[in-house]
Amino acid sequence: MDEQSRQPQREILDGVGVSPGRVIAPLVHMAPAVSEPPEGEPLTEDPEAATDRLRAAALAVRAELTERAARARSESAAEVLKATALMAGDKALVKNAVKLVTSQQLSPERALWQAATAYADQMRAMGGYMAERAADIEDVRARLVAELRGEDAPGVPQRREPFVLAAEDLAPADTAVLDPDVVLALVTVSGGPQSHTAILARNLGLPAVVAVQGVLDLDAGTPVFVDGAAGTVVTAPGETEAEAVAAWRRTAERLASFDGHGALSDGTPVPLLANVGTGDDARAAAEAGAQGVGLLRTEFCFLGRDAEPTVEEQTAAYAEVFAAFGDRKVVVRTLDAGADKPLPFLTDAEEPNPALGVRGYRTDWTTPGVLARQLEAIAAAREGSGAEVWVMAPMIATVSEAVHFQELAHEAGLPVCGVMVETPAAALTAEQILDRVDFVSLGTNDLTQYTMAADRMLGSLAELNSPWQPAVLRMVECVTRGAAASGTTSGTHKSVGVCGEAAADPALAVVLVGLGVDTLSMSPRSLAAVATVLASVDATEARRLAVLALEATSASEARDAVRAQLPVLAELGL
Amino acid sequence: MTERTATVASRVGLHARPAAIFAEAAGEYENLEITIRAEGEDAEEGMDASSVLSLMSLGASHGDRVVLAAEGHGAEEALEHLAGIIETDLDAD
Repeated sequence: MDEQSRQPQREILDGVGVSPGRVIAPLVHMAPAVSEPPEGEPLTEDPEAATDRLRAAALAVRAELTERAARARSESAAEVLKATALMAGDKALVKNAVKLVTSQQLSPERALWQAATAYADQMRAMGGYMAERAADIEDVRARLVAELRGEDAPGVPQRREPFVLAAEDLAPADTAVLDPDVVLALVTVSGGPQSHTAILARNLGLPAVVAVQGVLDLDAGTPVFVDGAAGTVVTAPGETEAEAVAAWRRTAERLASFDGHGALSDGTPVPLLANVGTGDDARAAAEAGAQGVGLLRTEFCFLGRDAEPTVEEQTAAYAEVFAAFGDRKVVVRTLDAGADKPLPFLTDAEEPNPALGVRGYRTDWTTPGVLARQLEAIAAAREGSGAEVWVMAPMIATVSEAVHFQELAHEAGLPVCGVMVETPAAALTAEQILDRVDFVSLGTNDLTQYTMAADRMLGSLAELNSPWQPAVLRMVECVTRGAAASGTTSGTHKSVGVCGEAAADPALAVVLVGLGVDTLSMSPRSLAAVATVLASVDATEARRLAVLALEATSASEARDAVRAQLPVLAELGL
Repeated sequence: MTERTATVASRVGLHARPAAIFAEAAGEYENLEITIRAEGEDAEEGMDASSVLSLMSLGASHGDRVVLAAEGHGAEEALEHLAGIIETDLDAD
């Protein structure tokens, strides 16, 4: 390959590290969309050879999709791949394309494109369910044309050798099919610390760097060194980088296990919980030593559905999660639809500004009943389990909303009730909210975007969107002070948890505890690293570092100041 | 030419999973050219029954009647078997 024979210059590209780890592997670009072969593109080969190529391409794409269906990790993904495979090998499609080659002397690429487009248009004209299938046919069309041209099919390239994936950004659909045995690290041009790429990378334990300008200009096949903690990508890696990778492997082993007891060096307990979305997640989290679930995202029951799941279905799904944690705590967040998680039966896709729209708890105003039925299902699942079940509502902005939610929860028979603090409004009224409800949990991803007025999906605002922003940390402090004041009035301790991505950053975890946060909830992959760093400081030191961060003038200054005081981070390559 | 008329039993019609199951079954008969068309249409309108795209473009809904046709050895048994698939609610489980 000529692109590998060139001697690349050593070049360091800076970005924002969002998931630690160091690897060296060749860079592979996310394949771009397949361009339409020009209208009337003429046949330039023997018609028989052209039709043979068409048939071979159909067989190859069908075989590849069938093989991927067999390897798919979920049944629904397998179903989709099987259906697509069937379309790729469709006899009528190939026959129509061959006809266009022989009768109109079109290139096989153009003929295939046209034959598939005819079907897609026909489906779209039928409307409803069939219209949605048009996109599937267009996907098959792109795959077949890419195969004919000898290009990669759009999306994550299929490779047998490990590689570093470079992309503009990754969508949930791309990341669902990532194979972590082959994709060793993720590097994107856009995206912030809370983008899908970042969250996925942490869940899979893959090093990742976002907001890296120029990474797509690097040639495919170039070996690169990726440092997901430092946020750098280095071309033409040498001995220094190889050593850094080896050192990371050694610490990764040390960071692989968590003994299930989060605490500071002076013994102050800091329960470390897990963020989970499904029964499978919950079992994996329990296995990883999580002391409970700090955030059960219930959207998994709802996403991808046209209609609300029944109470029975929901009960079974929640019970599966509760069962994984025996008698430990499981905090259930009620449905958080809207913004980046739209649901056809709940949210209005036409809202001009969905992040500030009807989302989370607010969907109860426009579609009442769904929340009450969900609480009924949670209560039913709790009945049959030994878990300590807490419920909380997302996207609360006023005390009266919190009170209303608590009434619904109590009506359903759920005794422990709290709310998420994601809006500055909830943070500022935390004391008054906690005078009524039992606990709060800080969703730092949304609290950051709302405090900083910075869209969390925008890579260009990554620095503003950092939970290290002193303004965000002051919001956190406002909540812990409110909780302390309310606790004094009521005589009962009011728990403050953090379940956003901030809790998974070991240095920030120290700051959060120093600010008075009681529990931290994160993706299970981060438990060991956070526990190790927390165990290196006592309460006084945590408080001192928290003040250091509060007094900084920017997110990066806060981060640098705190990290400089935590030598354990460098030791562990975090 | 042997023909056999059948009523679509699947609630979603002859789409998605039911279409995939039917197309695969029709494709098993490699020696027969089996066609499918909506009842009342010209026999020449018959489309390849083993093509899932053809089945989808047929747009047959629950309760619609379709005509299967084939010629040659074993056509009768094949159509009988395939009609049985159309008359089963394949989306039931």
